[in-house]
Amino acid sequence: MKIAAAAGGGLFLGFNWSDTTAAPVVVDAKHIAAGSVKFNSYLSIGSDNSITIISPNPEIGQGIKTAFPMVVAEELDADWKLVKTVQGHLDNAAFERQVTGGSGAVPHSWERLRKAGATARHLLINAAAAKWGVPASEITTADSKVFHKASGKSGSYGEFAEAAGKLTAPTDIKLKDEKSFKLIGQSVRNVDNKNIATGKPLFGLDFYREGMLFAIIQRPKAFGFKLKSVDSAAAKAMPGIVDVVTFENSVAVVGKSTWQCKKAREALKIEYEKAADLESSEDHNRIFSNLMDNGEATVRRKNGDVEAAFKGAAKVIKAEYQCPFLPHSPLEPMNFFAHVREDGVELVGPTQTPDRARGEAAKITGFPPEKITVEITRQGGGFGRRLSADFAIEAVHVSKLVKAPVKVIWTREDDMTGGTYRPAVRYRFEAALDKNGEMIGYKLRGVGINSGNPTREDNFPSGSVDNLLIDSVEHKSAITTGPWRAPITNFLAYAEQSFIDEVAEAAGKDPIEFRLALLEKAKKSPAGEVKYDVDRMIAVIKLAAEKSNWGKKKGVHQGFSVYFSHRSYVAQVGEVVVEKGKPALKNVIAAVDCGIVINKSGSLQQVRGGVVDGIGHAMFGNMTFKAGTPDQSNFNGFRLIRMNEIPEVDVHFVDNGISPTGLGEPALPPAGGAVANAFYKATKQRLRNQPFINEEAFKGIS
Amino acid sequence: MASFKLTINNRAYNAEVEGDTPLLWVLRDNLGLVGTKYGCGIAQCGACTVHLDGKAVRSCVLPVSAVGKAKVTTIEGLSEKGDHPVQKAWDEVDVAQCGYCQAGQIMTAAAFLKEKPKPTDEEIVGAMSGNLCRCGTYHRIREAVKVAASKTN
Repeated sequence: MKIAAAAGGGLFLGFNWSDTTAAPVVVDAKHIAAGSVKFNSYLSIGSDNSITIISPNPEIGQGIKTAFPMVVAEELDADWKLVKTVQGHLDNAAFERQVTGGSGAVPHSWERLRKAGATARHLLINAAAAKWGVPASEITTADSKVFHKASGKSGSYGEFAEAAGKLTAPTDIKLKDEKSFKLIGQSVRNVDNKNIATGKPLFGLDFYREGMLFAIIQRPKAFGFKLKSVDSAAAKAMPGIVDVVTFENSVAVVGKSTWQCKKAREALKIEYEKAADLESSEDHNRIFSNLMDNGEATVRRKNGDVEAAFKGAAKVIKAEYQCPFLPHSPLEPMNFFAHVREDGVELVGPTQTPDRARGEAAKITGFPPEKITVEITRQGGGFGRRLSADFAIEAVHVSKLVKAPVKVIWTREDDMTGGTYRPAVRYRFEAALDKNGEMIGYKLRGVGINSGNPTREDNFPSGSVDNLLIDSVEHKSAITTGPWRAPITNFLAYAEQSFIDEVAEAAGKDPIEFRLALLEKAKKSPAGEVKYDVDRMIAVIKLAAEKSNWGKKKGVHQGFSVYFSHRSYVAQVGEVVVEKGKPALKNVIAAVDCGIVINKSGSLQQVRGGVVDGIGHAMFGNMTFKAGTPDQSNFNGFRLIRMNEIPEVDVHFVDNGISPTGLGEPALPPAGGAVANAFYKATKQRLRNQPFINEEAFKGIS
Repeated sequence: MASFKLTINNRAYNAEVEGDTPLLWVLRDNLGLVGTKYGCGIAQCGACTVHLDGKAVRSCVLPVSAVGKAKVTTIEGLSEKGDHPVQKAWDEVDVAQCGYCQAGQIMTAAAFLKEKPKPTDEEIVGAMSGNLCRCGTYHRIREAVKVAASKTN
């Protein structure tokens, strides 16, 4: 702290970033584990019995920084109270797949983490056996200690760490029987709780360094614009501004504080020119209608003879569902730090794909990847937005141009209007029923705007319908899109599960019985390949039906939905009650099969949060455009769900001992359908478009 | 540029900034108190909540020139050892997912409980609905406020 004498008595504390008492945002694992024995990429044990476990994957709120070390600690038989968890830096030599996306980190690393812990335990046992002169097979472990019952000897892991570190690790290691897990399956609190609750600098936006400059960037105000000319004279003359630099279609105001840069950006005079169509939401509606009927479709899956099935049908049901673009809105806006030096590049910040950030920095600077370091901070949400590297690319460009360490900061408005949205999609579903109400034909066409393949052609009901056609049409737009939590299925699941409800009703069947019959059919006489586990799906359906007391609650309108995504299975029942003539969503009951639950507390919240996220965006989320410019730019125009709008969420996990299959996303997709189907029961009106709040059926309700 | 004398967490600070600079950015960029978060800049999300003479305010829309002699408390100064009943409840209930909004939630809850030590469920929801949590930890926030209330006399 710099201390300055002040008139009027007392001391005024100035501030200097180089000697701040705040802990650094990024902790160097090597530093923490100094003096410890490194057993493998994940694990070090100190002679003081401290255990450091590195969690290499980015933490965006999915709880990986707690769950990963739990898996290592379980196989190690570590005393969790002695474990220190550290976020790993990007290190391709030590770790694989340092990515947070696709709910894939746990399924990918489950075996690796278990082996890391089990191998170290094996070595500690052998070190103790050698010292005590007893057979290793007679040594047991618990709570970071080794025991030899016959001789009464015991010792801490710390005592044997050094000797164990000198032994050769076995190539084949026996893992625990899952039934004997002690830590896995417990409720373990988030390892960063204390830091979060006391305001420690953890997040990318919290990263500061002496001499660091700030940059706020003006990007084209409409999708379809490109930069024509910049007059930055007025901005440059403003207080605190160091430089204004231009790269690609961006103009960066670089200065000494966020606020100064933000104000100076308003003084920029920029001209743009049209480089592509400036689309409005009305254009999108017209494009959807046109492409739905006339577009050139790519066939995604075809079984049997769909045309014949529809010709011979006793009843045909047809419906269209549409969703808007959505921004991700992580509460921490995009930001990134870069320092392009003469001998390499330092990157620090919130990214779900650190290796992509490094690759892009290498391309821009010409440095080989090994000259570029990436430190991963805690991230204030991701939801897929941080899979992109655009913000890292910007930081590298600006740092290179101004030859200084720079943190690029996006304002909320930048974050919301800056693109990479969940794509807007329209679906047309058609179902053919025979005279017994059996679904003999199914058609789905998805039209997406920069959506890639807007279908998941091998998901249910594929495999359960003999005659099926799933195809899609793509419209290319200047509006940028990207993966948004549970890509595609975040909307497709709702549309499909609402439509299945419509079909069940037309067939005169209970929605759950109707689905179960289709799944039995997929099992007994599958139509083509079945790429989901029918039994796991049936099990969550039955569990949700049981826990919700399906169909037996008086005065409660229940809606059902089930979806398979990211390897996991989730069924949900939404419950709507009519109060004073208005329907109100009261409860959601969720049955979840994600295999073995690692952290009960984290998993429970992940499901609840997924349901709240799914309902919130289905209900309120809406991004519209006028001539390429987003109409919504902050939380006053774009509505996020709040505490007074949530239902109770009751969560039940299937206990089947299957290796974990991922939970960051799978609870979200079924939420919209469960709610929409429950509202239908209460109001007899279908919600076919998101956001629900804009639907005719919903007017005057919320 | 002007010079502002501020009392933050019972310490005296001096900030050399333009008077229209929001307190939020003075805390973060000038004084190294980064626990107070930027979320929206227009008082919609509550991530930037601090106490001004004990009352919860949105520091993103509070110009530093308007702070005057008021005492500012940030999340760093809510308690000496991070053991304010609300902070402890947040850990006990294991509220945080990403954690970014939680400093603001905690500051809102702490000011609210000071005014209403024994709130009803409805009052809790009313007080906390001004703060956004993008991860959807609302159930646990509600629970943690109840836990904190039960432990505060």
